[in-house]
Amino acid sequence: MAEAAALSRASRYGFVYPVLIGFAVFFLVPMVVVVLNSLRSFEEITQSSVLGLPRSFQWRNWTEAWSGYCMAGSCTGIRPYMWNSLVIAIPATIVSTLIGAINGYVLSLWRFRGAATLFAIITFGVFLPAQMKLVPWAITLRNLDLSNTVGALVLIHIVGGISFTTLFCRNFYVNVPLDLIRAARVDGADFFQIFRRIILPLSPPILIVTVIWQFTNIWNEFLFGITFSEGANRPVTAALMALNANVAQAREYGIESAAVLIAAIPTLLVYIFGGKYFLRGLAAGAVK
Amino acid sequence: MSALSIEALRVTLGSAEILMGIDLEIDNGEFIVLVGPSGCGKSTLLSVIAGFEQPSSGRVRIAGRDVAGIAPKDRDIAMVFQSYALYPGMTVRGNITFGMQCRGVSKGEQEAAVERVAKLLQVGPLLNRKPSQLSGGQRQRVAMGRALVRDPVLFLFDEPLSNLDAKLRVEMRMEIKRLHQRLGTTIVYVTHDQIEAMTLATRIAVMHGGEILQFDDPQTIYDQPANLFVAGFMGSPPMNVVPVRLEAGDGALVAIAGVASGDGQPTVRMTLPQRLDALQSWIGKSALLGIRPECIALGGNAPERITAQVEMIEPTGAETIAVLNFAGTEIVARMDAESRPAVGVPAEFSFDLRKACLFDADTQRRIA
Repeated sequence: MAEAAALSRASRYGFVYPVLIGFAVFFLVPMVVVVLNSLRSFEEITQSSVLGLPRSFQWRNWTEAWSGYCMAGSCTGIRPYMWNSLVIAIPATIVSTLIGAINGYVLSLWRFRGAATLFAIITFGVFLPAQMKLVPWAITLRNLDLSNTVGALVLIHIVGGISFTTLFCRNFYVNVPLDLIRAARVDGADFFQIFRRIILPLSPPILIVTVIWQFTNIWNEFLFGITFSEGANRPVTAALMALNANVAQAREYGIESAAVLIAAIPTLLVYIFGGKYFLRGLAAGAVK
Repeated sequence: MSALSIEALRVTLGSAEILMGIDLEIDNGEFIVLVGPSGCGKSTLLSVIAGFEQPSSGRVRIAGRDVAGIAPKDRDIAMVFQSYALYPGMTVRGNITFGMQCRGVSKGEQEAAVERVAKLLQVGPLLNRKPSQLSGGQRQRVAMGRALVRDPVLFLFDEPLSNLDAKLRVEMRMEIKRLHQRLGTTIVYVTHDQIEAMTLATRIAVMHGGEILQFDDPQTIYDQPANLFVAGFMGSPPMNVVPVRLEAGDGALVAIAGVASGDGQPTVRMTLPQRLDALQSWIGKSALLGIRPECIALGGNAPERITAQVEMIEPTGAETIAVLNFAGTEIVARMDAESRPAVGVPAEFSFDLRKACLFDADTQRRIA
């Protein structure tokens, strides 16, 4: 209260709001340009520039981008690649979140000798740069005979995600009173019964955070996608790259814009429907 | 047969000794309170009994059975926790039946058990609520219901009342006592509150520094504390301790206070009820005299009348607590409400020394 009052009306309207609005505009302009271009015709853009208002709304760009446009020799639009991304992101998100939840449960509520060290090692993965893992993964995928499969990317994202999901869940569960576990042990519940009946019902706040985080990261991931997949197996982020690489003809900015926007829809939806839980969950983990 | 028997129990954590040789023998139907300041090892002892922590050495038997290596659920115990530890996602009914579900008790039996416990603890109307919708006292009741439904050999209570406000704590204390009287169950109860210990226990184990200093019925603990720690911990305000020199006089033991202060205060002679012949070796030596605050009264006609300076009085309504300077030592008197000595001036008090204790100043042990 005191801080809010200390910020006078003058400084709010004279300084803080203009600066905030300035930043908001700065961040939103590229998005606006893309949205506008997705609605402009090829001719319109080539005759003027990428900056401009649509003369008439061209929904054709969106349908072309979705299912008609040709890239890398096949005229399927980005639909199959969206499907690839979903097939990668959904199982990888679910599995890595589940593993993280169990890891967090063990590391916080079933303390054992070396638990802290193990947690530190797992968490270290958070700080490992992706490019460092490229060669090891290449070797691993070859040995597992998974090269250029959707399964390869699922595996990479599950393993890579465990560091994050374990970190999130462990830090959430560490605030669960140990007495709860003890009470359940006296009641005769075993390890998984306690997890399923007592811990999981407490977990939605952190599971939502973890799922949003994992899904967005996996969906948007590009490096592994472009490195370990080819042709029809590409996730949408890597496929968009191919779309831009059609150098033989003039660039279809309208269709490209529409494709980019379609590719962004899933994460946008996740944020719109889960964003408030995300912020709440992060705060809950931080304070108590 | 003893419900719980503990022999030479030790717990060490790294280099720290948490429990150093605990022996305890508890009969069926007893209400045992483990009391002591925080860090005395009482909660660790309870954890070992429950099976959450493993002893470094020693033996624990529940109803005659060695429980080493036996999981908490198979020890035939039930526990009530300080934080209540109600399962947040389940209703009150779910909380009470969870253990039976895990053990595979039939639905019909579960219903009957819930019925019985709900009636006993008057939580019937709450059965379909979640713990978050209950008040502190109601949560406490449910936590007890969850333990009672099991009908075990041994109940363990871990500071069950410390999260309640003062008024509710007194109510629940009486309720727990009533429950014990009605059901005749064996209870081991941990608390740091000496009043809870005194009011509830059939026997009290006073713990300090990982040891049991004294294990006796409440009145013995209060009247004949084994050492200065017990004397100071049990009772509020605590027992007064006055340095004295012991002498023989007129065939009785005499304590002389004010010798050591050496600030020109007159010495005070008090005739003690202790038998002279038993304490021959202490004649001429220093000791500590323990007097309970309620054994000091304003005026009165006890044989020992003593003059002491009144430093401060605290009227509580029911009684008056006075801080006195007696022969250079600060002591506390607990008198009836009408006693209002003037502050800052000496007044005459009578000491009832029939229950006075004597302690060895070096070993801190009670000698008589």
